[in-house]
Amino acid sequence: MGEGLRAYGLIAAMWVRSTMTYRFSFAMTLLSNFSATAFDFVVILLMFGQVEGLGGFSFAEVAFLYGTAGTAFGLADLALGQVGRLGKRVRDGTLDTLLVRPVPVLAQVAADRFALRRLGRVTQGLVVLVWSLFLIDVAWTPARVVLVPVMVLGGGLIFSAVMVAGAAFQFFAQDAAEVTNSFTYGGNTLLQYPPSIFAADMVRGVVYVVPLAFVNWVPALYVLGRDTPAGLPGWAAFASPAVAVVCCAAAGLAWRVGVRSYRSTGS
Amino acid sequence: MAGGGSFVPEHRELTVFVDTDFIELDGVEKVFDVRRKVGRLRRARRQVRAVDGISFRVPRGEMVGYIGPNGAGKSTTIKMLTGILTPSGGRLRVAGIDPARERTRLARRIGVVFGQRTTLWWDLPLRDSYRLVHRMYRIPDARFRENLERCVDLLDLGELLEVPVRQLSLGQRMRGDIAAALLHDPEVLYLDEPTIGLDVISKAKVRDFLRDLNAERGTTVLLTTHDLTDIEQLCKRVMVIDHGRLMYDGPLGGLHEVGESERTLVVDLDRELPPIAADGARVVRVEGPRQWLAFPAARSAAPLVARIAAQYPLVDLSVREPDIETVIAKMYAEKRGRA
Repeated sequence: MGEGLRAYGLIAAMWVRSTMTYRFSFAMTLLSNFSATAFDFVVILLMFGQVEGLGGFSFAEVAFLYGTAGTAFGLADLALGQVGRLGKRVRDGTLDTLLVRPVPVLAQVAADRFALRRLGRVTQGLVVLVWSLFLIDVAWTPARVVLVPVMVLGGGLIFSAVMVAGAAFQFFAQDAAEVTNSFTYGGNTLLQYPPSIFAADMVRGVVYVVPLAFVNWVPALYVLGRDTPAGLPGWAAFASPAVAVVCCAAAGLAWRVGVRSYRSTGS
Repeated sequence: MAGGGSFVPEHRELTVFVDTDFIELDGVEKVFDVRRKVGRLRRARRQVRAVDGISFRVPRGEMVGYIGPNGAGKSTTIKMLTGILTPSGGRLRVAGIDPARERTRLARRIGVVFGQRTTLWWDLPLRDSYRLVHRMYRIPDARFRENLERCVDLLDLGELLEVPVRQLSLGQRMRGDIAAALLHDPEVLYLDEPTIGLDVISKAKVRDFLRDLNAERGTTVLLTTHDLTDIEQLCKRVMVIDHGRLMYDGPLGGLHEVGESERTLVVDLDRELPPIAADGARVVRVEGPRQWLAFPAARSAAPLVARIAAQYPLVDLSVREPDIETVIAKMYAEKRGRA
């Protein structure tokens, strides 16, 4: 684990240096990354120009959901956004060059094309989150205060786990990147809106099947003083870190199975 | 391993023991399941034996050529030796380590150069790639400096260290890649087509370097190539593989004997003459004053040249080596003929 993180740091630093050789292009992509994600939020702003509430949620509350999901997803995207390129590496055979190095392959694949421009997404999510904290009408208790950073970090881990599991799946189906994207990018978009506007089965799906609801819905609804979704007990609001740990363990396992399969089939 | 980390007074004996079986393969197999589409939804499964029971030993410090046509199983063997692929059967050890089980531990002791895939950082100066190797392999500083200096010197990289890799020529990049694979003092170096696409000068530089490396450091080298000259200039021993089986394992000269291959003597006379009559050679082509004579590759060209020079008005001549594909093709024809 320590060895993996160290290798991750070394490789990520190399990518940062690489991108810094084109400073202007870096500045432009950082800016475009920021504004492209900001556009998502503009949609929400426009919507609230027409309606008072969305599924019973006020603008401030939706902004809170948007900020928590966006920041959590942004962190995961920054840390290992390129893990989804694994299928390409398997297809063109460059994965082999990583397998002959004395550091974990996952660390190398995760740090692949590490790009600071993805800070644009994190920043944009954080801006909306902080803004929403001033707007929402909440009786702040210590539990609620602690829950905000905990949910963002735990959510980042849950998204990371989904990304790694999706990458592991690409050992078997090299063109499955879009399937993973529907869970990560799609999940992010889903979580920016209140659960009350979605079908009950869908909500149950992201609670019990792919537990994305623990990224923000479950803890955020507690912070906002609302009922937990899909009939979960109230303490579930604090379960995000535990869910994140379970997800990461499952993703790690899936990754191992994937690498083993690659090494026995070579494709 | 005998006396792994403990103090062994009889150092010489231990080295001898490790030496002869540095790389060991016993009946190694690799079977792939290939699924192919037949019709709209049906898929046919077929088993491909990419490596079909290969056994050999390579002692420490040897330089071996591993050759064969495309798809013969060369790369698959290298991938098993480096731990990238897990064998389907048989036993395989490199420096006493099972590569499939301890890939990461083995990685510190081997160097790999994939001819067509650079591991250098495209947009960064060459030096930065080496810095990463330094830290990733945790090479002691003094050791790293010494190795880098040596590689830079022998591979002529001095002027290139500050140049971004994307600006290097193919030959320069290959030299850069070879250096990158050697900075951590690997005991064995695997080279997959190290001279492919290089110009004559780059090829010579790479070969000189490898010869030195093997002679001075005692690094074991296993190289796959299409270029017979690589083997001729570097390897005393050559292994030929096809259809996943080892067809030949021995000295290069022996390969010519087995394959009954022929070299070609191209003779330019000062005028058109009837085909030259010489023992042990036959004229295969005549074009004006130029004649082509084939003679067994295992035999020296000198007596033949002397005889022709004595009897004919000789202007110029050259000797052409048989290419690997022809030699191997002939070898198969032989095998099948006998079977």
